[in-house]
Amino acid sequence: MDEWIEELRRIIPEKRVLTDLADRHSYSFDASFDEHLPDVVVQPKTKQETADVLKLANRYRIPVHPRGSGTCLSGGPLPVHGGIVLDMSQYPAEIHLRPRDLTVDVTPSVLTANINKAAEEHGLMYAPDPSSAHVATIGGNLAENSGGPRGLKYGVTKDHVLGLEVVTPEGEIIRTGGRTIKNVTGIDLTKLIVGSEGILGVIVGATLKLMPKPPAVQTLMVTFDEVRKAGEAISQTLTSGILPSKMEFMDQACVTAVEKFQPAGLPVDAAAVIIIELDGHPETLKVEKRLIEEIMEDMGALDVIIPKTNEEAAKLWHARKQVSPAIAKIKPTKVSEDATVPRSKIPDFMDRLQIIKEKYDVEVVAFGHAGDGNLHPNVLCDKRDVEEMKRVEKAVEEMFEAALELGGTLSGEHGIGTMKAPFMELELGEVGLDMMKRIKESWDPNGILNPGKVFPEKGQKLVLHHE
Amino acid sequence: MNSLLQEQLSYDKTFDCVQCGYCLPACPTYETMERETHSPRGRINLVKMVAEGKASVEDLKEPIEKCLGCMACTTVCPTNVQYGEILESAKHVIDEHEGKSRPRKLVENFMFQRFFPSTAWMDSLGHATWLYQSSGLKKVSQRFGLTKRAPLHIHEFEAVLPEMPSPKRRKSRAGRYVRKRPATAKVAFFKGCIMDSVFYETNQNTMELLLRSGAEVVFPDQQTCCGALHAHSGKVDASVELAKRNIEAFEEESFDYIVNNAGGCGARLIEYPHLFEKGTDWHSRASAFAANVKDISEVLVDLDGLRFEQSVPRTVTYQPSCHLRNVQKVTDAPVALLEKVPGLTLKQMDRPEFCCGSAGIYNIVNYEEAMDVLDVKMQDVCGVDPDGIVTSNPGCLLQMKLGVVREGAGDRMEAVHLVDVLMEADPQPKT
Repeated sequence: MDEWIEELRRIIPEKRVLTDLADRHSYSFDASFDEHLPDVVVQPKTKQETADVLKLANRYRIPVHPRGSGTCLSGGPLPVHGGIVLDMSQYPAEIHLRPRDLTVDVTPSVLTANINKAAEEHGLMYAPDPSSAHVATIGGNLAENSGGPRGLKYGVTKDHVLGLEVVTPEGEIIRTGGRTIKNVTGIDLTKLIVGSEGILGVIVGATLKLMPKPPAVQTLMVTFDEVRKAGEAISQTLTSGILPSKMEFMDQACVTAVEKFQPAGLPVDAAAVIIIELDGHPETLKVEKRLIEEIMEDMGALDVIIPKTNEEAAKLWHARKQVSPAIAKIKPTKVSEDATVPRSKIPDFMDRLQIIKEKYDVEVVAFGHAGDGNLHPNVLCDKRDVEEMKRVEKAVEEMFEAALELGGTLSGEHGIGTMKAPFMELELGEVGLDMMKRIKESWDPNGILNPGKVFPEKGQKLVLHHE
Repeated sequence: MNSLLQEQLSYDKTFDCVQCGYCLPACPTYETMERETHSPRGRINLVKMVAEGKASVEDLKEPIEKCLGCMACTTVCPTNVQYGEILESAKHVIDEHEGKSRPRKLVENFMFQRFFPSTAWMDSLGHATWLYQSSGLKKVSQRFGLTKRAPLHIHEFEAVLPEMPSPKRRKSRAGRYVRKRPATAKVAFFKGCIMDSVFYETNQNTMELLLRSGAEVVFPDQQTCCGALHAHSGKVDASVELAKRNIEAFEEESFDYIVNNAGGCGARLIEYPHLFEKGTDWHSRASAFAANVKDISEVLVDLDGLRFEQSVPRTVTYQPSCHLRNVQKVTDAPVALLEKVPGLTLKQMDRPEFCCGSAGIYNIVNYEEAMDVLDVKMQDVCGVDPDGIVTSNPGCLLQMKLGVVREGAGDRMEAVHLVDVLMEADPQPKT
């Protein structure tokens, strides 16, 4: 056994240093695409243990890849250079609420949905709601800057973080930010760490911002015979003095897939479906509901459906949640993207997707958070089919180019990870990317934390096939 | 790549898993064993790795053997992964690979080839236990700690066994019970091995409830073990053999229902069609058989023939059998029946769907792991402070009895079968 692993066993209790092949394989993947075998999996339970592992890794120059529940869609926790997977999911889960401050302190292993659940007991809410919130850890959400449908009104994870406790790449423990809503002391390291995908530090604690929980919600479903009309109706709504909490889009292929998978009574003949959620005071909702109905009629909607009961509304949102598993039935491999465009460009982006789909003869469907321009184009394929995967690579590449040409970005909420790294320069420019790299190099002089992510390696291209 | 191994391992089915991780919070062993290796997603991935030659069957052994098979993961899986099929295929491959240790194999061979299918053996178990209990031997051996020297922690299980009926009483059971008035339904009773040997009175009560509900009850004497434990241990051939014998035994007459009161047996019985190739004669016979299989709670709700007379002033919590809930998908009927009992207060514990750790013979062969799961369960049980834990499967019942003892709560809490609680309420025919 390697010397450094022997030493790991001396600083971390042996049963939390995993070296069996079965254990290593179990931490070789996430919910994205690839698999990479680590040499060892370490499960720290204190910040000191976390710091000790990083100090050791620096001495031996061993890469360390932090991981939460492994629900990442961009390959964030994959140990692409072997070494250590730092499994933070077994860290003791603690939630300390301060209702009168509207803040909460959490440890990294807390499941995101549990924060909201605890807040709701005090009439408060934690707004970010990624669809994996009941499985994903807050540590992972912070590292990846996760979003969710409510991002339209409330923003993504970074908009709800007041302070962090972080183990630096060299194994020191620091605090960033604080507990107050206003805080302009120095450079904002909190925002620097959030969304840095585990390359600048390991988050071991966070102070998050809570909001008053809206007393009521109202769901509407609107259908269109043209995708363009749906896009225009979204812009029209948002410029009419109404800010819905969610505006979710599904194209016809997604609706058809859901109806085949678990029939929910969605209209399969519509070209586009938008599901809207309004939140606020019940009286306000009555007015806003009527206004939206008028707007949608003016914009040529086929139909506006208003669920009569909470159960009916829940059924619609359940159907929306089923899109992801339902489309996985079309073909076994799902390459899930989250390229995001300015809201007004959604119809143009949809047109470009159609062209790409035909050009490369691949299966592409689109759904997602249309209200904030964050679509999820998904390519359905079979990773055992090498020839098809080569076409998929080209199609995905062109999707990124299309999003950037329309003034958008590579990732709205999933992160860059491994797959999108080759396109970073395209979005940021040579100098922009270099400035980012300089930050990384000064924080992590030995390149210990999560190498192989965010920045492309020399000549790196998007590779989805294995010969 | 080894294509034979891929075929044996349900390799194709592993691709239905998109590795979203939604199964993690539902998995008891992921919670107690604290690593992805002991989660459904981890196990499915390992099956894939073995099929692709990246890991060996030996690597697969522990993670698969430590799975409870509670199937909670299948109720939350967004892509409907056939975890049960993947798990059984892995167990079969491990069994064939001789991965199991020799003593374990000897025990299994005896248990599965001789013991469970044999009424004689099962009755003998019941008789021996009765003799042991009624002769005073129990007290003597407990005092001197004799049973503590038995392997596999048997002493802890035997301490919680119920009182046994005498061999004479066992023998006096009729093969057919006919109600005097015209019957509303014709019901065949599937007795189960453990239920009939260890919980004989509960079986008698089950038939009594059916009779009072207005049904004619038939007790086919050629029936045998359901084969669940065999299948869960990778003994595919033996479980197919037992399935055939049961299908034949219940084909003698036509029935409206084939009733059982053991969640685990019922789950196996409804899965008989999976054992045979589609289009074959056996497949259609198995399908016809499975279509009539119902849990006692469902049948009592269907027949709706009982009026509960006696108040049962108790506070109970309901611990669903995993195989009743997750495989047979029976969730409402047991609760609906309990709600009908006058005087009874039903309090739902936190996470009733979390397995108790019994899981067939899991608690015997994986004692430590099973007790870790049980301790989590008992915390949730104690959270509602009931005086009764109601369940509907013999394994769960024994395990919950053990849980009560481990908590030191024997003086204020007991575990009971749903059927026995219903009988306490003195049910009478409605008409």
